[in-house]
Amino acid sequence: MAEIRVENLRKQFGEFAAVKQSSFTVEHGTFFVMLGPSGCGKTTTLRMIAGLELPTQGRILLDGEDVAFLRASQRDIAFVFQMFALYPHLSVFNNIAYPLRSQRVPREEVRKRVEETARLLRIEHLLKRGVGGLSGGDRQRVALGRAIVRRPKAFLMDEPLGALDAEFRRLMCAELRQLHERIGATTVYVTHDQLEAMAMADRIAVMNQGVVEQVGTPQEIYDQPASMFVADFIGSPPMSFLRFDGAVRPGDRRVRVNGAELDVPQQREEVAGKLALGLRPEHVQLADESALRGRVFGAEYLGTTQIVTVNTPHGQVKARVPASRAVGIGDSVGLALRAERLVLFDASSGRALRSALYEGALDG
Amino acid sequence: MAEVRLSGVTKRFGDITAIGELSLDIADSELMVLLGPTGAGKTTTLRVVAGLDRPDEGHVSIAGRDVTAEPPAVRDVAFVFQQYSLYPHLTVYDNLAFPLRSPARRQPEEEVRRTVHRVAELLHIESKLTNRATRLSGGEMQRVAIGRALVRSPAIYLMDEPLSSLDAKLRAELRLELKRIQSELGATILYVTHDQIEAMTMATRIGILSEGKLVQVGTPREVYERPANTYVAAHLGTPAINLIPAGVLPAPAAPRGTHTIGARTEQLRIARAHNGAAQGLLKRIEHLGDQNHLHLEVGGHNLVTLADPHARWKPGDALSVELTDPTYFDADGRRIQA
Repeated sequence: MAEIRVENLRKQFGEFAAVKQSSFTVEHGTFFVMLGPSGCGKTTTLRMIAGLELPTQGRILLDGEDVAFLRASQRDIAFVFQMFALYPHLSVFNNIAYPLRSQRVPREEVRKRVEETARLLRIEHLLKRGVGGLSGGDRQRVALGRAIVRRPKAFLMDEPLGALDAEFRRLMCAELRQLHERIGATTVYVTHDQLEAMAMADRIAVMNQGVVEQVGTPQEIYDQPASMFVADFIGSPPMSFLRFDGAVRPGDRRVRVNGAELDVPQQREEVAGKLALGLRPEHVQLADESALRGRVFGAEYLGTTQIVTVNTPHGQVKARVPASRAVGIGDSVGLALRAERLVLFDASSGRALRSALYEGALDG
Repeated sequence: MAEVRLSGVTKRFGDITAIGELSLDIADSELMVLLGPTGAGKTTTLRVVAGLDRPDEGHVSIAGRDVTAEPPAVRDVAFVFQQYSLYPHLTVYDNLAFPLRSPARRQPEEEVRRTVHRVAELLHIESKLTNRATRLSGGEMQRVAIGRALVRSPAIYLMDEPLSSLDAKLRAELRLELKRIQSELGATILYVTHDQIEAMTMATRIGILSEGKLVQVGTPREVYERPANTYVAAHLGTPAINLIPAGVLPAPAAPRGTHTIGARTEQLRIARAHNGAAQGLLKRIEHLGDQNHLHLEVGGHNLVTLADPHARWKPGDALSVELTDPTYFDADGRRIQA
């Protein structure tokens, strides 16, 4: 069990700042995911927590103790790299026992802990087998076992599922999450895959260009994005934006996008200039009577639903509508929006404008 | 463009039969997607059409002409590989022009210029024509790779997971664009993928492959709504279809011989249980933003279904679960025709 606190962390490689002023707290027993595109600084941050990189500036507190300049081996942390790094000539038992033996743990204790670990991972029946003949999933479980058996204060994982194909990745995602529920160890997990993050995390930190843009639960990040970057990075398909010149004042409940008057959540800020209205696909429906119109660019059948892409003068909008609705390419359609779920952004800074949407939990 | 026909094609590698007696007609201007997991025989099928692999049995014909014995170069096909293989020392323009300047198909430079510009416009890379190929983003490189096939007008385009090396967002963008270009050009495409979303969203028809056999061919709607068997049902749709043994849930309309019942999210009605009607226990809610997945336990089986976003349910809640017009499968996993 451990709490990890990162304060004003900065890492510079020569002129290049890989991480700028990161601060966040990973609470006891949380599954914390750092999410962002490649080059955003997520792996560098993880490596600093692990002790594999020294920060240029800032503090890392593990259970209140500043460990920023302690060696990796002096931090009670297990790092799981892309998996499958097993000793091919050893049995499953000996692979899992390896980290304990190198710490000279007594023989009886080793046996007890390996068996306990195998039970957690549901691979007790494989302990005597060599690792050579194992399926991909079982190999992955053994690799995890080797990290768990030490019972570290925290686990750090760097895209551990990156090399797997999609179907197997989904399966391992669910297993990792279940394992976390059984052992409850603090975990920091790095990925660029937003679906993985949404499915596994208690909390997500979204990073972009060395900066943490938002920290929150998956639902907060999805419903109340702090910036256009976050809104665009999360969701498949991501949020669409209608860009327009306009102004809002505190108390406003409508914006004017060219000819169309659109209802929005009550605004709390005064901003004028380039704005963007963010729409999630499930908050857009096709409605002939709407003044907001566009032309259908494409329709993608997904079984239960379809994603309809509509080109409007203000940008491309994606709508998730029932698959039974007939849509023709090139059709002129009206768009009806679910007003209480829309987000306004200051398009020049990308920052979300405060509104009633950001106050308190959302319904559904 | 032309129709392509495979009849009774078998290809073995040593003891392994990569594809067995595969027959498939691809109509003119059709985007046929072959869907299957690694090792199902998708790429082998593509290579047989291209002439890169010679079938042990069967025939391949293009536009009515038997090409089984012909080498790749004379078959009039264009191949797009998974990894963009561009010439790093050439500009985007020269990469696109390359196939048109090859000795076999030499064209006047003026015509090359026109074609390259037309394709660049189609792919939205006109502004990059003078860039070196290496100075492009991943998505742009893959567009150039696709463009290199599009500058030609072959009988059929063969594409082997052309989007799989891209990140999720670019993949979604290019998916839509490729579909648009295909319908604008009226191109015939044989497209191979293991991504069911790509197959569902792009295909005119999908061919589902398993262990070298074609299990079902049909439009996305046909294979989704009327899967031939449990294998097809399980490989299409998110969340995956729930396959439940008969008898776990009441199914008065089940035809005789029903062994397994397939229930997609739209074939399950979930409600809060009233006195004693509880069939399911809500184990976990997975928040995926737009969709919340409910993980239910029903009679010892795990079910996953989409939640009504307005339902305020919590793990531990007892829920009633009702089948609404589900899909029935027999003991061999075949769908029973209603």
